[in-house]
Amino acid sequence: MADRITDIGPPHFEKFLPPVIKDNYGKWKYHEIMEPGVLKHVAESGAEIYSVRIGSCRLITTDFARDLCDLADKYCGGYLRFTSRHNGEFLVSDKAQLEPLKAELKKQGLPIGGTGHSVTNIVHTQGWVHCHTPAIDASGIVKAVMDDLFEYFGSHKLPAQVRISLACCLNMCGAVHCSDIAILGIHRTAPHVNHDRLRHLCEIPTTIASCPTGAIRPHPDKSIKSVVVNEERCMYCGNCYTMCPAMPLFDSEKGGVALLVGGKVSNAKTPPMFSKLAVPYLPNNPPRWPETTAAIRKILVKYAEGANKWERVGEWVERIGWEKFFEVCEIPFTFQHIDDYRWAYDTYRTSMHFKF
Amino acid sequence: MHQTPLLDQLESGPWPSFVTDLKRMAAKKPQVDDLLGQLERSYKDKITHWKHGGIVGVLGYGSGIIGRYSDLPEEFPGLEHFHTMRINMPAGWFYSTTGLRDLCDIWDQYGSGVLNVHGATGDMVFLGTRTEELEPCFQALTAKGWDIGGSGSAVRTPSCCVGMARCEWSCYDTMQACYDITQAFQFELHRPSFPYKFKFKFSGCPNDCVASVARSDMSIIGVWKDDIRIDQAAVAAYAGGELKARGGGSPWNKLDVKADVTDLCPTACMSYDGKTLKIDNKNCNHCMHCINMMPQALRPGTDTGATILLGSHAPILEGAQMSWVIVPFMRMEPPFEELVDLGTNITEWWSENGKNRERVGELMLRLGMRNFFQSVGLEPPAQTIRTPRANPFFFWHAEDFEAEAKGRKYIKA
Repeated sequence: MADRITDIGPPHFEKFLPPVIKDNYGKWKYHEIMEPGVLKHVAESGAEIYSVRIGSCRLITTDFARDLCDLADKYCGGYLRFTSRHNGEFLVSDKAQLEPLKAELKKQGLPIGGTGHSVTNIVHTQGWVHCHTPAIDASGIVKAVMDDLFEYFGSHKLPAQVRISLACCLNMCGAVHCSDIAILGIHRTAPHVNHDRLRHLCEIPTTIASCPTGAIRPHPDKSIKSVVVNEERCMYCGNCYTMCPAMPLFDSEKGGVALLVGGKVSNAKTPPMFSKLAVPYLPNNPPRWPETTAAIRKILVKYAEGANKWERVGEWVERIGWEKFFEVCEIPFTFQHIDDYRWAYDTYRTSMHFKF
Repeated sequence: MHQTPLLDQLESGPWPSFVTDLKRMAAKKPQVDDLLGQLERSYKDKITHWKHGGIVGVLGYGSGIIGRYSDLPEEFPGLEHFHTMRINMPAGWFYSTTGLRDLCDIWDQYGSGVLNVHGATGDMVFLGTRTEELEPCFQALTAKGWDIGGSGSAVRTPSCCVGMARCEWSCYDTMQACYDITQAFQFELHRPSFPYKFKFKFSGCPNDCVASVARSDMSIIGVWKDDIRIDQAAVAAYAGGELKARGGGSPWNKLDVKADVTDLCPTACMSYDGKTLKIDNKNCNHCMHCINMMPQALRPGTDTGATILLGSHAPILEGAQMSWVIVPFMRMEPPFEELVDLGTNITEWWSENGKNRERVGELMLRLGMRNFFQSVGLEPPAQTIRTPRANPFFFWHAEDFEAEAKGRKYIKA
């Protein structure tokens, strides 16, 4: 045990940088997007590096990782990286390798794109493949949506970039709350309390404290060491289930998808914005979730038709007004759209600035 | 092999198929065949078949491993244990093929061969191994220079944008800052002792490519204080259509500098008369729009550093928050001592005062910004707020009267 290695942290990044990056670190001058998915960065020294971005799955195998390594060895001197949106990037130092690499990627069915005014890869979570709280799958919906929007990945035809994200429950490991289009798995049933299991598995005060709406209280029968849930106050966040495994809230019929739109993190023109509720519920319909893909396509197409140049989805919606957004996207307005949580008042209209 | 008629429908279509990839591995590893089998069952039942976590780990650490067990272990014995390991990725997600193959070799030996590039926090995630493989796998990783990341109520694996490695807009060295902070907080990363998670994210400019303003408790976003650098000849080339708008990333090749750039400036601090682009830099709010539009003509200034924002998290519990400005400008030079000190002061204040599962941004709202600023030793800058309060309900403390008597606006922190 004496020579056990701990707390070394990650390897220093320098050993993973291609020589041209090491030589020009901090000395880049400008970039161009030569075509969808192909970036050219030019340094003060005149040195160049080309990056070829590919759509790949977030969920991969070591076989696939080795395939990427083979390509990087053949065309990139043995270097590659991944982006913050699960894309792969081949770092090409020798321009002569660019066309052969692109041809090889095409042959292997790895799509090139995800730059500029595209729909880039969907940031997402685990879903049914590895998580204990999801309402929906993640990788399957991402595959279905990206198949449907494929033409937008390898092109720059939108008014601005469109960032789609998916989180498979309200815990939002995918932090979809600032995305142009957010796909969110929602539960719609209160947790079923298993009193017998709860007694053994859970600490009652922490379980009660975990509920943001105060819907959980001790069981009125003091001989039962458990809790009860006021179902009318439950908004299905699953926070109690995270604290107490005896309170699952899964329901194979009622769970489903909500869509939120108009978020961004960039500061360009307008400050970062939260995504807001557009579609409160779509059915959980594997393997291809057709209602979800159709609703996203509709929003994307209406945005592409209606937005001004350079306008993000949220900027477009704010300009035309949410009432117009619901109208053009043919989304019925419901009670669920009206906020009644903590900071609801901020969302109510206190002006005459609206449209009929 | 399990039959997977529903998943098979995800093998068609132009986007790469995770099902096809997993099937390749399933032919070699029975647990991956079971993984497909159980996923198929979830597609049929429309519910998850993973049980609630469980505490497993490697010796001496309390984080980096997430326990995972199937609720159908008889049917899918390969998933009886299927724990997650978070591997602290290299800053900027750069890999050499040697490094990446080392990781593949280790994961093929000790686990399922299934992984994420990358998880939501930024780690490379190894999906699926048994409890008894965790410690040997960890030792194989550290022997090759890798370590595991954060989970639970700990510092989570910090992440950053590509920064100076391949971006001309980065106002500080995000990758070095991310690396140094990760090293400085190794203890807090591996031994959960906080009220809840704490995330650092480093973005080199206000475009915020790692979404730090939305996804990290402490957001470090690059910024400049001096003038945007202008190449007037390149501006003319954009106006003339010789250079493509947005570096070629949009549907429009030729830029109308007035309509597309200066008229859209949020502070109206720029003008273009057809010959010269003028910027009133004192009034620029560094939104990046003009620079994004003309990457060969405009660049951030050279007096650079970062803005520190604090408090963002996803909606659980009080509703989503974005980080807000607490330090408008911090010089960012290795070894980033000022940042490490501030991060330490903040996490100490939060650890002392935070309730179980209360994020730092929620605590700031509960105890108030004054308590926060005074406790961590910061002066309140006007940039913290978008607007001052509209209500008259403000407090005066004895120390305010003392400061007033001494001719100061408040007690120095």
